[in-house]
Formats: sequence, structure tokens, C-alpha cells
Amino acid sequence: MLKIKGLKAEIEGKEILKGLNLEVNPGEVHAIMGPNGSGKSTLASVLAGREEYEVTAGSVHFEGKDLLELAPEERAGEGVFLAFQYPVEIPGVSNINFIKTAVNEVREYRGLPNLETKEFMTLLKEKQQLVELSGKLANRSVNEGFSGGEKKRNEIFQMAMLDPKLGVLDETDSGLDIDALRIVSHGVNELKSKDNAFVVVTHYQRLLDYIVPDYVHVLLDGKIVKTGSKELALELEEKGYDWIIKELEEEKL
Amino acid sequence: MKEEDKIIEEATSGEYKYGFVSDIESEKSQKGLTEDTIRFISEKKNEPSWLLDWRLKAFKVWEQMEEPDWAHISYPKPDFQDIIYYAAPKPKKKYESLDEVDPEILKTFERLGVPIEEQKALAGVAVDVVMDSVSVATTFKDKLSELGIIFCSFSEAVQEHPELVQKYIGSVVPQRDNFYSALNSAVFSDGSFCYIPKGVRCPMELSTYFRINEANTGQFERTLIIADEGSYVSYLEGCTAPQRDENQLHAAVVEIIALDRAEVKYSTVQNWYPGDKKGRGGIYNFVTKRGICHHHSKISWTQVETGSAVTWKYPSCILKGDHSVGEFFSVAVTNNMQQADTGTKMIHLGKNTKSTIVSKGISAGKSQNSYRGLVKVAKGAQGARNFSQCDSLLIGAKCGAHTFPYIECQNKSAKVEHEATTSKIGEDQLFYCNQRGIKTDKAIGLIVNGFCKNVMDNLPMEFAIEAKKLLEISLEGSVG
Ligand SMILES: Nc1ncnc2c1ncn2[C@@H]1O[C@H](COP(=O)(O)OP(=O)(O)OP(=O)(O)O)[C@@H](O)[C@H]1O
Ligand SMILES: [Mg+2]
Repeated sequence: MLKIKGLKAEIEGKEILKGLNLEVNPGEVHAIMGPNGSGKSTLASVLAGREEYEVTAGSVHFEGKDLLELAPEERAGEGVFLAFQYPVEIPGVSNINFIKTAVNEVREYRGLPNLETKEFMTLLKEKQQLVELSGKLANRSVNEGFSGGEKKRNEIFQMAMLDPKLGVLDETDSGLDIDALRIVSHGVNELKSKDNAFVVVTHYQRLLDYIVPDYVHVLLDGKIVKTGSKELALELEEKGYDWIIKELEEEKL
Repeated sequence: MKEEDKIIEEATSGEYKYGFVSDIESEKSQKGLTEDTIRFISEKKNEPSWLLDWRLKAFKVWEQMEEPDWAHISYPKPDFQDIIYYAAPKPKKKYESLDEVDPEILKTFERLGVPIEEQKALAGVAVDVVMDSVSVATTFKDKLSELGIIFCSFSEAVQEHPELVQKYIGSVVPQRDNFYSALNSAVFSDGSFCYIPKGVRCPMELSTYFRINEANTGQFERTLIIADEGSYVSYLEGCTAPQRDENQLHAAVVEIIALDRAEVKYSTVQNWYPGDKKGRGGIYNFVTKRGICHHHSKISWTQVETGSAVTWKYPSCILKGDHSVGEFFSVAVTNNMQQADTGTKMIHLGKNTKSTIVSKGISAGKSQNSYRGLVKVAKGAQGARNFSQCDSLLIGAKCGAHTFPYIECQNKSAKVEHEATTSKIGEDQLFYCNQRGIKTDKAIGLIVNGFCKNVMDNLPMEFAIEAKKLLEISLEGSVG
């Protein structure tokens, strides 16, 4: 489904991704862990098509299509969703109006007619319940004045509404309380199917108790340097990243 | 003759009423502005002598005035001797069907969501539409006259209700108020007149759009609205459909009188041709709009300005009566080379008067958008309150937004608050929308409409829906 090969990307002349490889197949959940500043959000941004990042080498294919050729909204249309680490506020635009516009734009991209109001409302109710998003939040302006946790929950709500093929979750667990963590994870698990896939960026193994990954990758200095199973996350939580750095240095010697 | 037939005949023979003669020469006044031009206009319109005198007086005043200069607007000054001040209203060019209408215009209509019948009427498609509109207009007129509401063209009011016109014309915007009001007073062509009797609540929105069959009002339009004691009216001016006009200069005057306990809501959507990307050929729009509030009355201005090359406009309220309320809600969008200098004046004279100003300026392209507002509290305005909020939104780096709030307060008990913000549509916001599948143009529309929400909420429902789309369309292509 997603094939990243030798991906290099820079921002303002500074190279952040330094030859990254990753392959994700339908039905899989991949966790990406790594120290602050290692390039996790950069990877997410490059996948979503943020202009500020310049791809200097490598390729990204999504379902056989060259993803890097597509505009951000086209990528969304193809089924790429990014749950932002820092969701943006849009004052005066109601959450419902926003997601309705998004749903219909994506449908238009796929050659589908707009959802009838009734169908939309049914979908809305269903997904709202899935992530236990209160009706009050749905009616407020997009993320405006939302608490950190509410913003994250709203991201997952939007993801549920858009039902992507590939969901990239950038630290969606940060700032969530225990209950919210459970609810958000439950939401993701409900959305999981054999046809879609998730890339979950996190610092904490705790999330992975709820959303069980098939693979855990360590992103270090712009490259994936280690891949393992769920147990790798436990090991990282216990020992941090130093031992991996050491391992790498030894390999070099 | 059936009532309906009468109206049809009136509509189709309208030209005669306005002094249309087949002789081409007498159809238009000479170019230029002299006392004779004014006599000619007044005679053609068969006006009473007091009105001719009033026009002549205005002309004398105007001759002594100088065209003003404003800091944030620049444009080539019109040559006032090169304008034809009177042309017998010609029927608009008629088309047989929508197929003949400029497809660009139709595209815009469609995207604005204008119903097909209205599209035809607006584009000037003949026959069936006229019939249709006549029947609409008939039921409309019947209902209004039952309630004693007068809603007609200014010329008609001069003939039918001279006592009202004479009493109130120039009572809110005096001739010498400014250069353009003086000019308008001397040469105004036509416009709208509205009177709501005591205690009557007008049951529908009065829209200039419904007064079809009525000749083009021309470049010097004049509107007079009188809301008698305890009455209410919501009045809509303009429409979202793009309007072109051969006349580059437009100088309208609007006067509103809200007598004790009356309430007038005046909504405008202005979409004059702004000129091409380089600003060529756009309309200059210099408007004087003002209302006077008597005791416990309220005037509320809501405007959405997207058109014109140059806009200069300050709908204002004179809060003369105690406990009267003035409101101003404005969205002004400028794109490409457009220039807008708009705002309001709230003049607090009465005790416990209240005013609210909410101004949202949106600039894109290389445009310049200024808010200019005056809040004046007179000595006697014990307990006056004002709240002003002026927000500017910038799209791109080449446009400008300016805020000039003036406050003159002569009463210590008054409370005047002013808030202002300037923000940019952030890359972050756009990217967030894009990531959700929303194209940039649409995202801008969404963000801009969010920014304007508390103004748009004041527009009557249907108007608001069209105005929202209008905002999207007028900002298309302003990023990337
Ligand atoms: N606009 C920018 N200009 C310069 N450097 C940048 C810019 N944006 C990001 N960076 C740098 O890129 C590096 C990678 O940032 P990124 O946000 O991808 O890290 P991350 O792995 O997501 O970290 P965290 O765990 O803290 O979220 C950091 O060193 C950051 O400072
Ligand atoms: Mg990050």
C-alpha cells in the first residue's frame, strides 16, 4: 500500500530525513518511535504533502501512485489522513461545517455525489459516538479553545468521518487522559480493517497496549534504524534510545 | 382592466411616463453640469418647483466644494463636465432565452445558487420572466398596500407622496454634507422610497430586487426610508449577482428616519464590477448612507462589500433620541487592485444611547482595505455606550489593511471600547484544510466565512447564503 524508498527531505536547507525506507501493507499497524527532533513529524508532513518540505531524493508510492506528484488535497482524496500533532484552530468555522465540507470534497474527488443531509447526519452521529465526542464540541469552531485532549479526540473523529486507507497518527496519545486514551484507541481499533493501515507515531508504549502494532520502528536522525515487534517498544520504554545509538556505532566500526 | 394587466401595461409603457420621446436628441441631456442640466432633469421628471429649487440650491453648494482627497485611496479624478446627467431610462437589453446570455455571467449565477427564474430576470431575459415577475410583484404590492406600506421608486414618491418627500429629503444627509452628497442632491436620477406607517411591522423583507419593471436607477441613486413610530422594516439593497454598468462613477445617497420606537434593518450586498486584474474599468462607488434614530429606536446597517474598484462608504447613525441604538456590521473584501475605505460614524446625542460596530476587512492581491470609524459622544449623551471591533484578515503579502478609529468623547459617563486585530490566513490553516481534502480556494472561502461569521449572521437567511458564496468567489485564486 505505502512504499517509501530512500526518502530524503529538507526544510530551509537543513536535511531532516536522510534516506528513509518503510513499507506498509493493508491490514497492518506500524508504530514509529524515536527521540525528539528525529524527524517523525517531518515524515508525516512529507507524506501529507506539506510544501515547506523539499524532497531531495527517494520515492513514495501509495497504492501504486507516485504520492509526491499529488497535491495535499489529492492525497486526502486518495485516502491519506494525517492526525496532526498540533491541530490548527479555525475560528468561526463550525466543526460540523468543516467536516461536512471535507467529506464532500473527498467524495467529489472520488466521483461520488455529495452526501444528503440525512445520510450525513447519520454518519456524524455514529462517528461522534465512536469517539464519544460531545455534541457541544461538534458545534464549536474547529479546535478553537479546545483542550489539548479534545483536539486530539477531534482528529480521530475527523479520521473516522473520512474513513481513510492510510491513517497517520502523530502523537495522538500525547495529552490524553487515561479514559480518552482508551476511547481514542477503541476508535482506531474499530476503524481498523484488512483493507486499511495505520502508522502511529508515539513516545509511549502505553498506547501500543491498546493499539497493537505489527511492527515497531525506531526513527533516529532521519532514518529508520531498527524494526522489531511490539516487544521492541517495551524495551525502548525501559532502556531509552542510547543503546540503539551504541549498537549503531559498533556496527559502523 | 384586470389589476394584473394594468401592471403589465404600466411596466411595458413605462418609458413614456419618464418623458421618453422618439426624438433621439431630447432623450439625453447635454454633457456636463450647469443649472440648465438640472432644470432639464427636473422638467423631464415633471417635478414640483420646490424640488427643482432644492436641486438648484444643492448645485450652488456643490460648485463651491472641492473633491476630497483621502489618504488611502487614489484614482484618476472623474471629469464632471464629461458626464451625461440625464438619459431617459432605456429598457435593458432583452434576450429571448438564457442561451444568449454571456456564459461567464451564467456560470457565476449558477455558482451563487441563484434560482433559474431569478437568473433570467437578472440577466434580462424577456417575456415569461417579465410575466412571472409581474405576478410576484403584484401579490407583493397588494400585501404591502393593505398595511399602508409605501414602497416605490423615488420619482413615483415625488408625484404621489410629495409631502413626505419634502419633509424628509435632506433631513439626514444635508446637501452640503460632502462633495458627493451635494452632487447627488443636484442631479439624482431615481431610487427607492419606503414608508412604514405607525405600529406596522413589515411582514417581508423589502428588496430593491423585487421592484423590477422599474427603469435603471442610474448612477446617482437616492433612497429615502421612513419608519414611523413603533414600526419595523428589514430592507435589502443590491444583490449578489455581478453588476456591470457603463457609468464608472456612482454616488448614491441613502437616508433613513427611524421615529420613536421604530426599528430599521438595512442590509446591502454590493458587487459592482471591480475592474480587471489590473484594476481597469471598475466602478467608483462613493456612497453617503445615514440614519437618524429618535427615542428608543434602532437602526442596524449590515453590509457585504465585494465589488467596485474604489469604494468610499460610511453608513452612519445619528443617535438623537434617548435610548436609541445604532449598529454597524460590515464585511469588506478587496482583491487584486481594489481599494476600499469604509466604516461608520456613530453620533451619540441622546441619553443612554448604544452603538455597536463590527467591521471585518479582508484584503487579498494588491488591494488596500481601510476601516475608518468615528464614535462621537456629545455632552448631553449621559450613559452612552459604544463597542467597536475591527478585525482585518490578510491573504498574501502584497495587500494592506488599515484601521483609523476616531473617538471624540465629551461626556465622562460614556463608555467607549475599541478592539482591533490583524491576522493572516496561515499556511497552517490552509494545509490543515488541504489535508482534509479541501481545495485551497474552498479553504479560503471557509476560513474567510468563519472570520466574518458574526457579521454574516446578521444578514437575512437567503441573502446570507448567497453572500457566503460570493465571498468565496471574489477571493478565488488569491493564494498560490
Ligand atoms: N521550519 C523548520 N526550520 C528548521 N528546522 C526545522 C523546521 N521544522 C522542523 N525542523 C527541525 O527538524 C527536526 C525534526 O523535526 P520533527 O518535528 O520532525 O521531529 P519529531 O521527531 O516529530 O520530534 P518530536 O518527538 O519532538 O515531535 C527538528 O530538529 C526540528 O527542529
Ligand atoms: Mg513530532
